[in-house]
Amino acid sequence: MSDASPSVNDAILQVEHLSMKFGGLVAIGDLSFQARRGEITALIGPNGAGKTTVFNCITGFYKPSEGMLTLNRRDGSSYLLERLPNHEIPARAKVARTFQNIRLFSGMTLLENLLVAQHNKLMKASGYTILGLFGFSGYRTASAESIDLARHWLEKADLVDRADDPAGDLPYGAQRRLEIARAMCTGPELLCLDEPAAGLNPKESMALNALLMDIKDNTGTSILLIEHDMAVVMQISDHVVVLEYGRKISDGSPHAVRTDPRVIAAYLGVEDEDVETVLIEVGDEDVIEQLDTGPDATHGPGSSSSYFAGPVTDTVGHSEGERVTVSKGASKAGQVDARSGAAARPASPAEAKPTEKPSAAKSSAAKPAAKAPAKPKTPGDSNRGGGNE
Amino acid sequence: MAVTTSPERDIVATPMQRATREALYAGAIALGLFVLFIGLRTDQNISNELILVQRWWLLAVVVVLTMAGRFLYVAYGQPFLANQKIVDVATGLLPESMAARFFRLPYFIAAIVTVAVLVFLAGSLDGLLGPGLAGYARFLRALAIIYALASVMFYFRTFIHAHFSALGITALALYPIIVVLVLALYGGSVAAGFQGSLKWVDNYGIQILIYVMLAWGLNIVVGLAGLLDLGYVAFYAVGAYAYALLGTQYGLSFWILLPAAGAMAAFWGVLLGFPVLRLRGDYLAIVTLAFGEIIRLVLINWREVTNGSAGISGIPKVTFFGLMTFNVSDPNYVAKVLDIATSSAYYKIFLYYLILGLCLLTAFVTIRLRRMPVGRAWEALREDEIACRSLGINTTTTKLTAFATGAMFGGFAGSFFAARQGFVSPESFIFLESAIILAIVVLGGMGSLVGIAVAAMVMIGGTEVLRELDFLKQVFGPDFTPELYRMLLFGMAMVIVMLWKPRGFVGSREPTAFLKESRAVSGSFTKEGHG
Repeated sequence: MSDASPSVNDAILQVEHLSMKFGGLVAIGDLSFQARRGEITALIGPNGAGKTTVFNCITGFYKPSEGMLTLNRRDGSSYLLERLPNHEIPARAKVARTFQNIRLFSGMTLLENLLVAQHNKLMKASGYTILGLFGFSGYRTASAESIDLARHWLEKADLVDRADDPAGDLPYGAQRRLEIARAMCTGPELLCLDEPAAGLNPKESMALNALLMDIKDNTGTSILLIEHDMAVVMQISDHVVVLEYGRKISDGSPHAVRTDPRVIAAYLGVEDEDVETVLIEVGDEDVIEQLDTGPDATHGPGSSSSYFAGPVTDTVGHSEGERVTVSKGASKAGQVDARSGAAARPASPAEAKPTEKPSAAKSSAAKPAAKAPAKPKTPGDSNRGGGNE
Repeated sequence: MAVTTSPERDIVATPMQRATREALYAGAIALGLFVLFIGLRTDQNISNELILVQRWWLLAVVVVLTMAGRFLYVAYGQPFLANQKIVDVATGLLPESMAARFFRLPYFIAAIVTVAVLVFLAGSLDGLLGPGLAGYARFLRALAIIYALASVMFYFRTFIHAHFSALGITALALYPIIVVLVLALYGGSVAAGFQGSLKWVDNYGIQILIYVMLAWGLNIVVGLAGLLDLGYVAFYAVGAYAYALLGTQYGLSFWILLPAAGAMAAFWGVLLGFPVLRLRGDYLAIVTLAFGEIIRLVLINWREVTNGSAGISGIPKVTFFGLMTFNVSDPNYVAKVLDIATSSAYYKIFLYYLILGLCLLTAFVTIRLRRMPVGRAWEALREDEIACRSLGINTTTTKLTAFATGAMFGGFAGSFFAARQGFVSPESFIFLESAIILAIVVLGGMGSLVGIAVAAMVMIGGTEVLRELDFLKQVFGPDFTPELYRMLLFGMAMVIVMLWKPRGFVGSREPTAFLKESRAVSGSFTKEGHG
């Protein structure tokens, strides 16, 4: 990406047409977004939307089926993340990550955890172990420096008093902070945080916000985070990308996203009566037929919109030769799109998201998002959890 | 068996009733277990027919002993142990610990007196007591010596605990000298001292230290990197055959071939490492086990090179850095150079110090590597491989270096083994050896050098001690050979230690760096690795 224009270079991470398929399941379908340098970009969406899959693609744990992930480093070099081996992404492209289920080295002390994070730097300093084994002084100074850096991040994470305790002995919130501190010890330019506020109490959440703002302001590290805690997302993020069933349904400032009806629908579901209207408006013959014939007993009790959505399946073409069966109406955002498209356009709530291009909304409306298991979906029940602010 | 009683009955039953009941359960279980093992024995009669020998008396004795043991434990042992945890109301102190009651000054003096009397009478014991009782008297003497030594260690326990490594190394360095001196005093001449020291230096000292070195080498792979390797003995074999073949064919010196054997074993370690990199846990264990067997089968079947099962003999001895040799016929034989009496003990003592030096090298490198990024990466790999990759650690090379480093020390030990034996054959490199080495690592506490050294001493020294227990023949009859029971005792010891200390002798790990103070990390936080 040597021909990158200044506007492109402004983006530290460019995700273009990213798709990730597991057999027939499309976890991410044609996702494109940018994370700008020096900003906090939040990736949100209901459970199972594919957020962690995006992270795993960015950090090399999965090889994406399609698409391009470009990371532009501060020194002007660019890396195509989908081509780098797993361990070179932190080492060369300077992308660090944390995990949804905390992955600390629990039998090692806090300090050791942070020293392991500086492995590559120390390996070079120790002459790939050989020089260090014979006690060359270069390694000793590098070792002292690495301890200083570790101390710096322990202080930032407010853990310096427990530096010599095993990481597994820490309370949950402190383990989260330690994981962030450990990721920062790799000297990243992009820090990917997978639900850093999960399981934290409000006070710990505040401390986390402060830590993230501090990282953003003082180190110049850009942050990409997945979060369900909207208090965190709305307060600290500069830019929000919303996923539902592996597709982007909204992209913009926190305020714009919050008022986007597609996002609201994705999180809260739409009213039962609206679903019917939506589907009829789309002209779905199956639904009309269903409404005539009554409930389908094989698909269990239908207490919400899923009653109609469940038994009806739809095939969506993703690319050449790929057809994926999804349950009709599974994507709430798609329903909103369908409704706004079919109903009088000027009155549609799409106005509330000024940054969004109408064409993007149309494209996802045309292709309702993929959901492979044709399991009846109860939007009200499953999505309400992490929904509102 | 204690679990079978419900809480309601516990309240009602007195210890005596409970003990009686549990003794009956224990007796029933023992009867069921042993009726076919002990009660009946298959044998051959004079015309080679299979016959059943009935041993009901022996079975009855075992069952009654089991019942009595369970009864005493439940009736007296358990209440006693419970009382040990109750603070005295008047003084506010816990009762004296068991050890403090066991080791008391009067007992110590009595033990010393017993030893003194029995040593003084050593020559005339047979005449005074008859051969049977004299055996018991010698056993008593051994017990009294052990008790006296244990008392001294108990008295200085805090000091010993604080300086364990330094004391251990000093003791190991002085061991042959002390053995020779003690035996020289005992036998009345220096020559007798050297002659008598052969067994103690060779069978105990060198044998144990070889296993210490092997276990420390395996510790890098299993204890630090968490990769379960069941074929470690293959690297031992590579090292041994590298020295045996190159030494006999090309007459190269041990001092050239020692590093060469290490390098070759490390090469094979990398070669094994490549295909198994993707494997974890059970799968890794199976493949490494197969690798160990493959190496052994190649050694048996590649007759043109390895001479098959017959093995390679006439492996040259180690020289004293080329200055002196240990062959009596050579002009620069050590006794001729130094102008001292000829003895085969010099070579053994020299080998003892050689293997001690190799062990210390292994320990030094391990300690050093743990504080280096690669050592920390090994331990991090054991804790969480995925987190390692997310931090930019190349897990492939990290695993390979662990395999190679561990294999290299196996190769060193192998070439030493070949030099010491003067003969190698594939029989020395069976799976059981791998299992014993792994058992030592697990028993000692994975990752702990001190624990592993103690475990090697207990396991290998313990089985050697069984050969010394001749007095048991007086108890069980002249056919009894204690050595045959060593695997049984090995297994029993492992079960007991694992019940008593599930993470091995030393379950905690020492951190490799600290900000304020170094505190040992409890074994409950460390992981064993998934392969």
